[in-house]
Amino acid sequence: MKTAIAVLRKDLLLELRTLETLPAMALFSITTFVIFHFGLNRPTVDGQLAAGVLTVTLLFAGILGVNRLFVAEREQGGFDAFLLAPVDRSAMLLAKASALFLFLAALEVIAVPAFGVLLLGPSLGPPLPSLVAVLVLADLGIAVIGTLVSALAVQTRARDVIGPVIGLPLLIPALIATARAIGPLLQRGGPAALPGKWLLILALYDVVFGLVAYAVFDFLLED
Amino acid sequence: MADTPAIELRGVARYFGERIALRDISVSVPAGATLAVLGRNGAGKSTLLRVLATLLRQHAGEISMLGEPLPLRAFAVRGRLGLLAHEPLLYRDLSSRENLRYHARLFGVPPERIEELLTTVKMERRADEPVRLLSRGMVQRVAVCRAVLHNPEILLLDEARANLDPGASELVEPLVGRPAGRTRVITSHDPQAALAEADLALGLRDGRPTFSLPADEVTDDHVRELYE
Repeated sequence: MKTAIAVLRKDLLLELRTLETLPAMALFSITTFVIFHFGLNRPTVDGQLAAGVLTVTLLFAGILGVNRLFVAEREQGGFDAFLLAPVDRSAMLLAKASALFLFLAALEVIAVPAFGVLLLGPSLGPPLPSLVAVLVLADLGIAVIGTLVSALAVQTRARDVIGPVIGLPLLIPALIATARAIGPLLQRGGPAALPGKWLLILALYDVVFGLVAYAVFDFLLED
Repeated sequence: MADTPAIELRGVARYFGERIALRDISVSVPAGATLAVLGRNGAGKSTLLRVLATLLRQHAGEISMLGEPLPLRAFAVRGRLGLLAHEPLLYRDLSSRENLRYHARLFGVPPERIEELLTTVKMERRADEPVRLLSRGMVQRVAVCRAVLHNPEILLLDEARANLDPGASELVEPLVGRPAGRTRVITSHDPQAALAEADLALGLRDGRPTFSLPADEVTDDHVRELYE
């Protein structure tokens, strides 16, 4: 745990210094909302359409973070430095997934209110607690899969392409469950109850891929 | 010197695809001794160091480091060796002190050791500047601190004095030079300087050994053959 905290602290410090990831993710999501606004030719969206727009935008913005997750490790020898240390390699998975989770959470602090202002018809206030619960579960899934895919992609020359090409298909179940869970929350006339089935699927997805990531991550770092 | 070699290689080979990076490497380095690995660019010197550092696995042969077989017990060796490679393994946007703090946490080293090392290499005043703003020589001094932060028993030094002026070279001498008393594997493009501080020498050409001798038995002909 100490090692994971050390790597996480270092990653957050690096992001604070360089601001390479989070501003790009936030700007991307706001731009996408504007594009949807004109592309759909509708002043507002609600219900399942709103859920789809929000989920897809956050997912694509998240992919930007995924692509950058291991760049400093690759380009500045961070992998070698970590591998030389007498530490459990799973600490890197935990730290990177936590960093990505925090980036996604920070992104949503900016992007969700922006969505509420720019595109969403119904008020964001009433469904907010339920929406936060769904997004936390979705972020966990994206963080785990994203870390796994990023560790794989960064070893290749075409890392910017490999990340989305492998990551997006793996994230489709999370995307479906998130959008379906959010849809009833954003319907016109007030939010319906949170669909427990989709929340459960999302939680199950997080657990399964969390275990898969833990099992295979060491091998991704090996020569 | 102890009887058990600190480093022992028997018939070690490493390939990158079909390219032979190392082949038939056999050498034994007693504890406290220095092995100089000589050869032209691309001869396999850096690859050998990365294999010894447990960053690459050998594809054939046996390696024993501090009595532990590699790669099987690599985890038992990692905290006991230090690598100073071409890359400083420092984050450019963090300061020297932040970088060393990060490494100290990974190796479980107390923070006082950081200040001790920065003072030794006279970098304590510039230690809060981002590494990207430092000269190459300064970065190399900090990289030396990183490599010896955990007081490793074995030092793997790839051109350790690269970018260092004579004054800076003297500063790092107590840390990575012979006075440190560590088992060392050094590479250098200056064969005479490397042989002068070595007990053993290994000549590599296209990944294959051309000689493996006590350093004082290496002749000019050996060296010429290696580089011509």
